[in-house]
Amino acid sequence: MSKKRFDVVGKPRRRVDGRAKATGHLKFADDLSAPRMLHCKLLRSPHPHALVESIDTAKAEKLPGVHLVLTRKDFPVPFGIMPVSLDEHPLTDHARHVGDPVAAVIAFDEQIAVEALNLIQVTYKKLKTISDPEEALASPEPRIHDYGEQGNIHRNQSYEFGDVDEALANADHVFEDLFFYQGNTHLPMEQQATLAQVEGDGKLLVTSSTQNPHYLHRQLARVLQMNAAKIRVIATPNGGGFGGKCDPANHEMVVAKAAVMLGRPVKICLTREEVFYQHRGRHPVLMKMRTGVTKAGKLTGMHLQTLLDGGGYGSHGPASTFYTGVLTPVTYDLPRFKFEACRTFTNKPACGPKRGHGTPQPRFGQEVQLDKIAEKLKMDPAELRLGMVNKPDSLTANWLKIGTIGLAECINEVVARSNWKTRYRQQPHGRGLGLACSTYMCGAGLPIYWNKLPHSGVQILLDRSGQVTVYCGATELGQGSDDVLATIVAEVLGIETGMIRCVTGDTGTTPVDLGSYSSRVTIMMGNAAMQAAERVRDQLATATGEQLEVIPSGLLFSNGKVFHAESGKSVDFLEAIQFAEQKFGTLGALGSYSPPKPPGKYKGSGVGPSPAYSFSACVVEVEVDTNTGWIHVPKIWIAHDIGRTLNPVLARGQVIGGVYMGLSEALMEEQAFRRLPPKLSSALVHRMPSMLEYKSLTALDMPDVDVALIEDPDPNCPFGAKEVGQGPLLPVMPALANAIFDAVGVRIDEIPVTPDKVLRALDLKSKGLTPRVGPDHFPSVPYPEPVYVATPAEGGDGKESKKHAAAAVV
Amino acid sequence: MSAIPERVHLKFQVNGEDAPVSFAPYKTLLEVLREDLNLTGTKHGCELGECGACTVLLDGEPVLSCLVLALECGGRRIETIEGLARGAALHPLQAAFADFGGSQCGYCTPGVIMTAKALLDKDLNVSREKIREATAGNLCRCTGYLQITEAIEDAARVLREERK
Repeated sequence: MSKKRFDVVGKPRRRVDGRAKATGHLKFADDLSAPRMLHCKLLRSPHPHALVESIDTAKAEKLPGVHLVLTRKDFPVPFGIMPVSLDEHPLTDHARHVGDPVAAVIAFDEQIAVEALNLIQVTYKKLKTISDPEEALASPEPRIHDYGEQGNIHRNQSYEFGDVDEALANADHVFEDLFFYQGNTHLPMEQQATLAQVEGDGKLLVTSSTQNPHYLHRQLARVLQMNAAKIRVIATPNGGGFGGKCDPANHEMVVAKAAVMLGRPVKICLTREEVFYQHRGRHPVLMKMRTGVTKAGKLTGMHLQTLLDGGGYGSHGPASTFYTGVLTPVTYDLPRFKFEACRTFTNKPACGPKRGHGTPQPRFGQEVQLDKIAEKLKMDPAELRLGMVNKPDSLTANWLKIGTIGLAECINEVVARSNWKTRYRQQPHGRGLGLACSTYMCGAGLPIYWNKLPHSGVQILLDRSGQVTVYCGATELGQGSDDVLATIVAEVLGIETGMIRCVTGDTGTTPVDLGSYSSRVTIMMGNAAMQAAERVRDQLATATGEQLEVIPSGLLFSNGKVFHAESGKSVDFLEAIQFAEQKFGTLGALGSYSPPKPPGKYKGSGVGPSPAYSFSACVVEVEVDTNTGWIHVPKIWIAHDIGRTLNPVLARGQVIGGVYMGLSEALMEEQAFRRLPPKLSSALVHRMPSMLEYKSLTALDMPDVDVALIEDPDPNCPFGAKEVGQGPLLPVMPALANAIFDAVGVRIDEIPVTPDKVLRALDLKSKGLTPRVGPDHFPSVPYPEPVYVATPAEGGDGKESKKHAAAAVV
Repeated sequence: MSAIPERVHLKFQVNGEDAPVSFAPYKTLLEVLREDLNLTGTKHGCELGECGACTVLLDGEPVLSCLVLALECGGRRIETIEGLARGAALHPLQAAFADFGGSQCGYCTPGVIMTAKALLDKDLNVSREKIREATAGNLCRCTGYLQITEAIEDAARVLREERK
């Protein structure tokens, strides 16, 4: 087709679902009801670690209005998001954390269900509580799970890309730092809800606030032992997800089972407290970083060790564990890299993927350490980074293929906009600027379960009315995936997004898309949509060319018309559809997408590869009150390498939203636990399972944010558009910590950075001690012998090799 | 022993219309709106008065409907997101939220819009600071609030122009 200027790409416009959201029309999962619907409530363990010795449901079953009581015996088959962590039963007889569900009541209404829960008598045998990773390492017994590496170690791994000991020995300086990143949770505004019902055709319909209807579909078939073709999952638009609705969840399994057993619709909506127990949020991670640097400010190598607090279940943990290291070499030239990671089980709600999945923690450490390196080398932190930015189309030491990289432009942009050069290190005591950078994937290169099928499919149907309907399994979480879908199809067909109807997130009607996670939707769904749209466009062009007696390739689709520029002939889009329907019959096309094969060939190389990487740079300004430790953030500058902006309103919204969530994590958010006093059982409980006490930024706390979108279209992405949903969160936390140092000369090497820590560090400084607050030791972790892989630069072939053999090649 | 509860009958005035309704007497206004009047546009994020998602106007004042007993609302004027549009046309607040990114997932949107309506009903020349203060009780996890503030400012501008 002829090249044209963009019709919709890059133009600010109302999102396709904007109207429904502003009018209250949009139906979220808990807005749904059905005739004869019953309500479900879950009985949750008050103990962090206990076996259910007996459970008596007789009294509950007799309560008028109660229809069904379910327990562990009703669910023989376990589930989990990853094939290697099928470790959850919808209702358990081994409680792994306070809040783990052990029984369910299905009743006329929620009130009766709650009363019935109180009538269930459970005898627990309490087990020793494993409260943190150090305790998990020291206590192989009792085991929280009977699988994993050993004792209470869930995952344990070690990789070495090039000889890192040698790299550190050859460095002019070796920096060794410990960092800690506290866990936090997604806190979506919408509490999870699910409605399950058997439809008129006898098939099960589960409508749920899930990010990943496809994975839920698979796990429902597994747990219910039903033919997947007889189950339909509809993902309602999520009231925020941020990773918290990626895992298939207990409550989804329970209401599905109950609906099948009772033949009546069954709904559940979690209370806010229960949302904190469902969790799957940011892992608390302890990190040790040893980094070699030359006098000139070039990295020679890094040895990164991480220790993750996984909580009570596997969840996405195997992937999370990899993500605490694998993206570390993507921003800067890091010739050699050794990465050891260990995830332990503990008796807390399971951790999983939260926006940035496993990467914010090491990025925080890496970017704060770079600030320390710049300080030591007396270099400007921006110049230090600019001198080591990775090259486009290069391979990292751990075999990740970088495509376009706009990181240098991002750094230059925030440096210019914040007047960095005249303000950094030059402001009065108490006021400071901090800089940090980051990167994120545009979708994971491999699916969660091993298969060679497409990652995303899109179907487009057109008919003589002019209607264009686009079907895809991707899920709208608020991130704008429906708008992305409409934009790409509209651009190819030269029509407005308002002309398109998106049908998404329905396993009963839409082609499979793996889900809304890992920032994959724009790229994967987008490429599938592009292929489908180009196929129907070609049909329209062939038929229209025939009618207009012109060559189809000379036709241009724009502005609701199909033009032939040379002859000046044109028809309306509607006419073109009618020509094509007449010629080809009922019109439609399918598109699908599979990401490129990753270059790494070693075991474990599947985590980290992506079709493209986005990049961000951020400057945070702080004002620190040295009397109270209070941190005020007046302004943040952020530049994000987005490849191409599809809808500037939404892109800017994603950037600001990411900055908000990052700053909120940096300053206050904590999924923290405490021991109840002995007279109250000593149980390890969530410190603040409520929205009031789990602090997050409000409209009053939010600083001004200056957003720059850097456009360097990436050839692997639709119209060159990379992700924007997760990347912009990542540099905010280290930039904040670096700004604190510029302001008052103290290092807070852990997240969140709270006033009490700032005061403690200031106190140390006033006493002439090292002005730092952060972890003081890294426990002995039995990491395995590393898998050694020679780096691309040292002639490796991407496969595991013997360390000395590889050295001989060099 | 519990049983299916008896219902009370009351008449509210909802979005300018009489709304007779019967409900279990322990229910909150939020529950009656959503479950008994089928007005699910009003959302909930905590049901403890912490998040602002369930904000509606009661006799013109913003209230957290999860903390209001429905029994107290007989004969009173209730405004919800469903009553805001002017026929088929969006209220300027709704249009601005849709156009300027004030709404991402949309879950907090009805509550914020009702809070903003109460604010703008009193003062169309409201400052940015006042907007931020008024909406500080409405948590939002998506937008980072800036585009919410911008949308309310734009709606105020449109409403001022309408008034001229």
